[in-house]
Amino acid sequence: MTGQFITELAERVRDHAARKAPLRIRGGGTKDFYGARVEGAPLEMAGYAGIVAYEPRELVLTVRAGTRLADIEAALAAEGQMLAFEPPRFGAAATIGGTVACNLSGPRRPYAGAVRDFVLGARIVNGKGEDLSFGGRVIKNVAGYDVSRLMAGALGTLGVLTELSFKVLPRPPAQATLAFEMDEARMIETVNRWAGQPLPLSATAWEAGVLRVRLSGASSAVAAARAKLGGAEVADGPAYWEDLREHRLPFFAADRPLWRLSVAQTAAPIALPHPHLVEWGGGLRWVSGAVETARAREAVAGAKGHSTLFRGGDRAAGVFHPLTPAIAKIHRRLKDAFDPAGILNPGRMDNF
Amino acid sequence: MNAVARPATRTDALAALAAVRPPVRVVAERDELAAFEMDAYIQRRQTPLAAVLPDTEEQVLQIVGSLGRLGVPIVTRGAGTGISGGATPTADGVMLVLTRMRAILSVDAAARLATVEPGVPNAQVTVAAEPVRLYFAPDPSSQVISSIGGNVAENAGGVHCLKYGLTVHNVAGLRVIDGDGDLLEVGGEGLDSPGYDILAVMNGSEGNLGVVTRATLRLLPRPEATETMLAAFDTTKAGAEAVSAIIGAGVIPAAIEMMDRVVIDACERYMALGLPKAEALLLVEVDGGAEETAETLASVKAILASCGATEVRVAKGEEERANLWKSRKGAFAALATVMPDYYTMDGTIPRRALPEVLESIYALGREYGMVIGNVFHAGDGNMHPCIFYDSAKAGDLERSEELGGKILELCIDHGGTITGEHGVGIEKLKAMCLQFRDGEIAAFHDVKRAFDPEGILNPGKAVPTLKRCAEWGGLHVHGGRMPRPDIPRF
Repeated sequence: MTGQFITELAERVRDHAARKAPLRIRGGGTKDFYGARVEGAPLEMAGYAGIVAYEPRELVLTVRAGTRLADIEAALAAEGQMLAFEPPRFGAAATIGGTVACNLSGPRRPYAGAVRDFVLGARIVNGKGEDLSFGGRVIKNVAGYDVSRLMAGALGTLGVLTELSFKVLPRPPAQATLAFEMDEARMIETVNRWAGQPLPLSATAWEAGVLRVRLSGASSAVAAARAKLGGAEVADGPAYWEDLREHRLPFFAADRPLWRLSVAQTAAPIALPHPHLVEWGGGLRWVSGAVETARAREAVAGAKGHSTLFRGGDRAAGVFHPLTPAIAKIHRRLKDAFDPAGILNPGRMDNF
Repeated sequence: MNAVARPATRTDALAALAAVRPPVRVVAERDELAAFEMDAYIQRRQTPLAAVLPDTEEQVLQIVGSLGRLGVPIVTRGAGTGISGGATPTADGVMLVLTRMRAILSVDAAARLATVEPGVPNAQVTVAAEPVRLYFAPDPSSQVISSIGGNVAENAGGVHCLKYGLTVHNVAGLRVIDGDGDLLEVGGEGLDSPGYDILAVMNGSEGNLGVVTRATLRLLPRPEATETMLAAFDTTKAGAEAVSAIIGAGVIPAAIEMMDRVVIDACERYMALGLPKAEALLLVEVDGGAEETAETLASVKAILASCGATEVRVAKGEEERANLWKSRKGAFAALATVMPDYYTMDGTIPRRALPEVLESIYALGREYGMVIGNVFHAGDGNMHPCIFYDSAKAGDLERSEELGGKILELCIDHGGTITGEHGVGIEKLKAMCLQFRDGEIAAFHDVKRAFDPEGILNPGKAVPTLKRCAEWGGLHVHGGRMPRPDIPRF
């Protein structure tokens, strides 16, 4: 199946390149909302599914890009392991390819790492219809430039992801969720101070004056941290983090634009006239409500961050934070080299 | 970029460097240039056109800009500890030496970030972070000397990678000057950036994509407790199997290092540490919360025993712990007493293949009549076979290199890679042609051109030309065929 699928995929890409006819790469379609709108013939990847290799003792997993996250998580759970970047699914059909393309990581991200941190290798078909493999299936590998990590977050604009290898980790045996009442400024100071101590933090979230903290690790480590931090034990902790990860909390529920502000973890509270939710130890601030794009860009400037119109809203002024001219120059050259005909998800990343 | 009407001369290059403001230190005398004629890849040396030692980013911008316009190659160098020839000079190029840019600009305890200049030695970052009980995790064995700029260029590893990651996982942001002479601000203080992950690509790019002028590094809190133990085994196979058994039990140790008999004996002769008599030693370190670490220690000890460890020594206190590490950290110095020279390899393989690959390495050593010692990062499957040779003996160096090439092929055949942490440099260009096909090599050149269209940064390093691969491929034993086509690669 591998050979035939990729051969046909490469042929199709070559055909589209020759005609300069755009392709819209699609896994489960659960992230269609994300990024700028793309016109093009759908290139469906969900059929290219399955685990290629998984050896728990190696902590390495290789999968076809169309594999559903749910299937991967079930296979890992059966061995007591997990994808430590805790990717949001946003729907049962979510695939690992889409997850990597969007580089979406969940609540554990600041304490474990992002999608890109766990990517070990990527097989892609570039815009010239070439089947290429980068990186590998080992944890340390510096042969060649790190093109596989470059694919994480490239939104399919540099290549069609076909197979991916990851480092996986054991699931922590114990977990606890604590709640604390505090204002935003104090929360930012507190979560950063805790992050500087040897505590088994695995998530933080603050909204409407309440900070929730998740601890994960050995039961003795969780118990010791719980005793040290105090706070009130939250009974439905796991459900809360799952709802946060999937954007199912009431905060996200309203049919309103959602801005994602990724900033320095210690940045002072950002004043925008809408409800907001802060996770990632202060590093990720969600704002629910219509904000003028220029104002959102300005709001993060002092916070050493960038803003993304994550869902909905007026997308005419671009979805992602504008790049500096020097960085945009590198993007243009990479795009032109990997996809010279400009047919892979053109414009999904605004100008790329 | 302006076209160059005629090839730039040494005079042109020196004139360009003399025009830098404020004036920058330039080394142009042949005898003084000897200091820069090689890095720690001592098999090759070359006198460069000149060396320039800037003090500021502004000077680096001028240097890269003006040498770029002249088309003069630039080889960036930090402390010169690289062992793959990444900083070997080119005859027509200028060495850009960043050792004078060694200021620690800030340590932000709340944000757990340190911002440093590229010439700062790795270990100094941790020293600076010590008062606020934080540290910088990547710890290549050269860490006392090797510079942060070089660590980024090589995506340096060390002994704690399995749990704490490589350099790429511990760098938040960089300021880089690309081949056009433009300043790129890559990453930052947040947890991600818009656009392509240029920060990831810069790590491990071996000075080919840009010159790092500043790095913002992530600092971690010191673990509450650390336990270190040394386990002895009668066979390397039993030791290697214990490595997989520990990780298979759901334990992520802070470090698992392995030493074979050749290395144990050399350490014993050199340092008289009273190491157990064994065919293989495993040095295992676990860390975390106090109770947690005690529990992990107990389970690792049990696993080691069940895997046939003949003795397990657990360090009592900091002094004993330092003593156990002494054998590992001093191993490369100890090996220098075995033979006049040795050549260190750096392949990585899936851990499960360790017993088999070790056996094959010893067999190759017997075939070539050369001694090979192994001391390496077993938890990562990152092997460092050391091939002993005598450079005074005609043909010995060449034989060691040939044997080294065979070992790298072995790593590729087992689904691994030719370099885990030392980089390709000039040393492994040939092996790159074995690991990658033309399409991937061409894509690497595309990446290079995106950052350095005129090819002035470290030309000829890290990625072989397709022409060279074709020439080497014709001679190669595999005859251009992928080794073990049945194994899904990479």
